[in-house]
Amino acid sequence: MTTPPTAASGGVVTDSPRPATNKVAVIETMTTTPTPNQNQTQNQPTPAAEPPVCIQAREFNSWYGDFQALHGIELDVPTNRVTAFIGPSGCGKSTLLRWFNRMNDTIPSARASGTLDLHGTDLLSTRYDVVDLRRRVGMVFQKPNPFPKSIFDNIAYGPRLHRRYTRSDLAELVEQSLRRAAIWDEVKDRLNQSALGLSGGQQQRLCIARAIAVGPEVLLMDEPCSALDPRSTAAIEDLIRDLRHQYTIVIVTHNMQQAARVSDRTAFFYEGRLVESDETERIFTTPAHRETEDYVSGRFG
Amino acid sequence: MTAAPHDAAGELFELANRGRSRSRHVRDGGEAVVKVVLAGCAGFSVLITALIIGILAYEAVRFFMDVSVVEFLTGTEWSPLLGEEKRFGVWPLVAGTLLVTLVAAIFALPTGLVTAVFLSEYAPSWLRAILKPVLEILAGIPTVVYGFFALLIINPSLQWIAKVVTGEELFGAYSAGAAGIAVGIMILPIVTSLSEDALRSVPRGLRDGAYALGSTRFDTSVRVVIPGALGGIMASYLLAITRAIGETMIVALAAGGLAQLTVLPWRQVQTMTAYMVQIFLGDAPATGVEFKSSFAVAALLFLMTLLLTLAGYRILARFREEYE
Repeated sequence: MTTPPTAASGGVVTDSPRPATNKVAVIETMTTTPTPNQNQTQNQPTPAAEPPVCIQAREFNSWYGDFQALHGIELDVPTNRVTAFIGPSGCGKSTLLRWFNRMNDTIPSARASGTLDLHGTDLLSTRYDVVDLRRRVGMVFQKPNPFPKSIFDNIAYGPRLHRRYTRSDLAELVEQSLRRAAIWDEVKDRLNQSALGLSGGQQQRLCIARAIAVGPEVLLMDEPCSALDPRSTAAIEDLIRDLRHQYTIVIVTHNMQQAARVSDRTAFFYEGRLVESDETERIFTTPAHRETEDYVSGRFG
Repeated sequence: MTAAPHDAAGELFELANRGRSRSRHVRDGGEAVVKVVLAGCAGFSVLITALIIGILAYEAVRFFMDVSVVEFLTGTEWSPLLGEEKRFGVWPLVAGTLLVTLVAAIFALPTGLVTAVFLSEYAPSWLRAILKPVLEILAGIPTVVYGFFALLIINPSLQWIAKVVTGEELFGAYSAGAAGIAVGIMILPIVTSLSEDALRSVPRGLRDGAYALGSTRFDTSVRVVIPGALGGIMASYLLAITRAIGETMIVALAAGGLAQLTVLPWRQVQTMTAYMVQIFLGDAPATGVEFKSSFAVAALLFLMTLLLTLAGYRILARFREEYE
């Protein structure tokens, strides 16, 4: 990469409330030559301090046509932590997740009001470049969705969209992304084979590798394990734990044990409202609301 | 049942057993009749196909007793009706067919794919709801109408354009180009409709994955959806080309009647199908070698389209495996 540092992530980062120098350095390493060691040393969380807010929702409402899916959401998603969204089906947790990278733009009837800030900038604003947003906020879906291309081309797809790389830089980026997603050893000998030949669990890790290859800060995961067997699920959960200090991760899950295992914070949604959001341990032991307790103890949902 | 014979469950049981039972013999007999009828229908269509192929092969073989296979397949002159010496080199007819097909393909394949991408990826649902049926109507127009269209609109237009551009009268009253464009218009709905089906069968998850990485709609269409639907698109292309090769009415009307070996689209050509029309509508005696020659041409045409159809099925089968 010969791109000068200023051109890489532009002025977007300066909106960040946290010390900007650190974040710029992280984005630089992620988008150019993502070496995990560097990320780890630079992003080591200071033990006592509260992590800065990454995504902040204020008076956030969302509709599909006339149906209001979300009511007055107030939520802070901390930087470089795992936040789990739990709640029964249809409670709006996936809807909120899909606003974080504006995937709902693809649904004609979907609209929203209120604010949704990413590091202090309203990402719902029409001035916000949605392509840049999605480069910064990656997403992993319920069903693994590798492209019908080779493993290499799957990972290289995103980087190629946004920048021009030399052949060797691209190869390095693909390798580092696959290593980061803990799948390199399984695929390194068949990078040119179709990604559709991989098992479901491998495909999902490939999709995570594909998402992190463009150097996002945030990873959204919409029930990433619900189509996988228990062993593949365990592999993804290990991976989430491994990635938690470099990425802000938001995971929607129906599996409460999973939320308890992988997340630092948990937000419980019910009928389009955020009932409560707190440290995961507190949600599962001493929640403030009756509905939360009923749900996490398996009395309904 | 034993506990309370007069409760609701007991009444239901009694009611369910009240109807007269269908005997096993009636049931099995009915099945046997159905089976025979179905097998008969299936066998009939297979039989018809076999008969057609058989007659084609028989007449072709009789033709090849008069004319050598080598001359037929390598000769470059086709003049079975005129002149002192009849010549049966099939290449002018094949070349005429391929020229018309090529013009049609150049016109219809890119246009059809672009239209399909628009319908599947860009058009709002209300517009697609209008355009898709319009396409199907286009597919239902009798080809003789396209033939008139080629003769009365397309060819004069080409004549005029060629005159303006080159200053010469390139086009005559008939041309391979005008027929080719009309055939292209005829196969356009096939390409569009089948390609659109293929594009829409690409799972939504792939589009979501592409958008989530920051793809624009165009990136998504060109880099993910089209590659994902490539098998179906290729199959639609092959099917359309097969239809173009076999098209008869348009070329009989608009391509001309002179079998000549040429690649120039402003010349008139005779296609394989147009030759057969000429023979069967003309006064060639049903015993003559000219008459039999049309069966040899038909057999060759059948082989060509058969190969294309098989190739199409193979591609489609491979494409179907991909998402399973």
